[in-house]
Amino acid sequence: MGEGNFHLKIINLLSHWLDSLSKMEEDFILKVKNLRVILDGEKILNDLSFEIKRKEFFIILGPNGAGKTTLFKALLGLIPYQGEIIWAKENMKFGYLPERLSRSEFKKIPLSVRDFYKFKESSEEKILKTLKAVGLEGEEILKKNPGDLSSGQFQRMLIGWALLGDPEVLFFDEPTTGIDIGGEKTIYSLLHKFWQERGLTILMITHEINIVYAYATNVLCLYKKGICMGPPRKILTPQLLEKLYGNEVKFYIHKH
Amino acid sequence: MIFSQFTLSLITGIFIGGIAGYLGSLMIVKRMALVGGPLGHLALPGVALALLYHYNIFLGALLSIVIGAIVIWLLQIKSKLSLEALTGVVFAAGVALGFLILPLSQAEEALIGDITKINLTDTLLAIFLGLIVFVIINRIYQKMILSGISEDLAKTEGIDVKKYNLIYLICITLIVALEVKIVGTLLTVALLVIPASASNNFSRSLCLYSWGALLIGVVSTILGIFAFRFTGLPAGPLIILSAALIFLVSLFFKK
Repeated sequence: MGEGNFHLKIINLLSHWLDSLSKMEEDFILKVKNLRVILDGEKILNDLSFEIKRKEFFIILGPNGAGKTTLFKALLGLIPYQGEIIWAKENMKFGYLPERLSRSEFKKIPLSVRDFYKFKESSEEKILKTLKAVGLEGEEILKKNPGDLSSGQFQRMLIGWALLGDPEVLFFDEPTTGIDIGGEKTIYSLLHKFWQERGLTILMITHEINIVYAYATNVLCLYKKGICMGPPRKILTPQLLEKLYGNEVKFYIHKH
Repeated sequence: MIFSQFTLSLITGIFIGGIAGYLGSLMIVKRMALVGGPLGHLALPGVALALLYHYNIFLGALLSIVIGAIVIWLLQIKSKLSLEALTGVVFAAGVALGFLILPLSQAEEALIGDITKINLTDTLLAIFLGLIVFVIINRIYQKMILSGISEDLAKTEGIDVKKYNLIYLICITLIVALEVKIVGTLLTVALLVIPASASNNFSRSLCLYSWGALLIGVVSTILGIFAFRFTGLPAGPLIILSAALIFLVSLFFKK
């Protein structure tokens, strides 16, 4: 009698466990628990916990020095951290556009756009398709050194590179750095288009509040004294914005 | 003997010059050019001992570079000084030690090399190690270039940057030790850096660049060794000057 009960309990427990596992499969692509990053003795991130669902357009906001780029690097496994970072599966494929990758870095090397893309993809056809998708057409581009492209073309080229190899999660760290206002808009709408068409999960750092309102499914705000998270229309109150950008102004004054 | 001494030195030179050029093409991308100089100088005490006790110069050079590298590595753990400063200290000490060990009459061979002393063992060693290093570098070439552009991008692609840097450093050590016989401890860095710099001026794509550096390394050694045959001047400096000449020409092709 007692034994039957026991079995039932075990089965219940197991099915519950399996349920929760498959739910994680369906819903969450990333769970972060008590993440802490210390670099050179300075606490950059402290006790950060949040979750990201599959196919989100997840934007991270915050003043300079709040640890946004550091968070990206921890999630990508580029720097040591404490706490837990759990991706929905092992060996998740990432595409990454780092902040301020400089054109001059490329110019020092005799490297063509084709060479650079070949690091990731050997099929010429796929390379051309990707370049076309980011609005860079023609054989000419392939032969150019990435350092010789205009800043807008360069950024598109990097976005294309991040898209190569069919990544499931894309990381964009201020993808419009160094691009004029008109160019900014087209870059963001390009990213949004990929997000819609390909069912990707996008994590992006940006300061563009308009973009956050227009595209973000969820926002994570990082600032010195804490965090907040939620859909943009719900959490981006004037008070919060003042907190974020007021902080930034203060930060600036302190520095000088 | 099946091959004349001249043929042996020519074959040895071609292999070492070519591979040094090829390796060097990664060095200027990774901004490691300054490593090659000290490494060559670190070889001096070992070369001095090898000359004195009639051991193989390559082994002497290799052993003393490895010991030097370990000392630098240990010092780096102990102190907070930069790698450049520590390398500077250790390589100066190495050179000083080398001169104490070495009778000045034999210094020339250690400093600028002597291809007339190359024997069949040296040639076979150069071919064997040269081919191995070439295959290894060929396989890690793209990964090294990517990590030179951005370590973060390379790591995101799953490239173990530290591992490849170590492999690369071991390859450089081997080639520098081989170079000593041809161009001497003073000029090893030149054969790594000059062909690559010249090729950089000629090329627009990675493929042309890497093969170009290899080819210029080969051509400089051939030119240098033939110039040695006709002038009787030391081959090491002649090889380096040939490379420098090609570099000068390449300036006119600069894109």
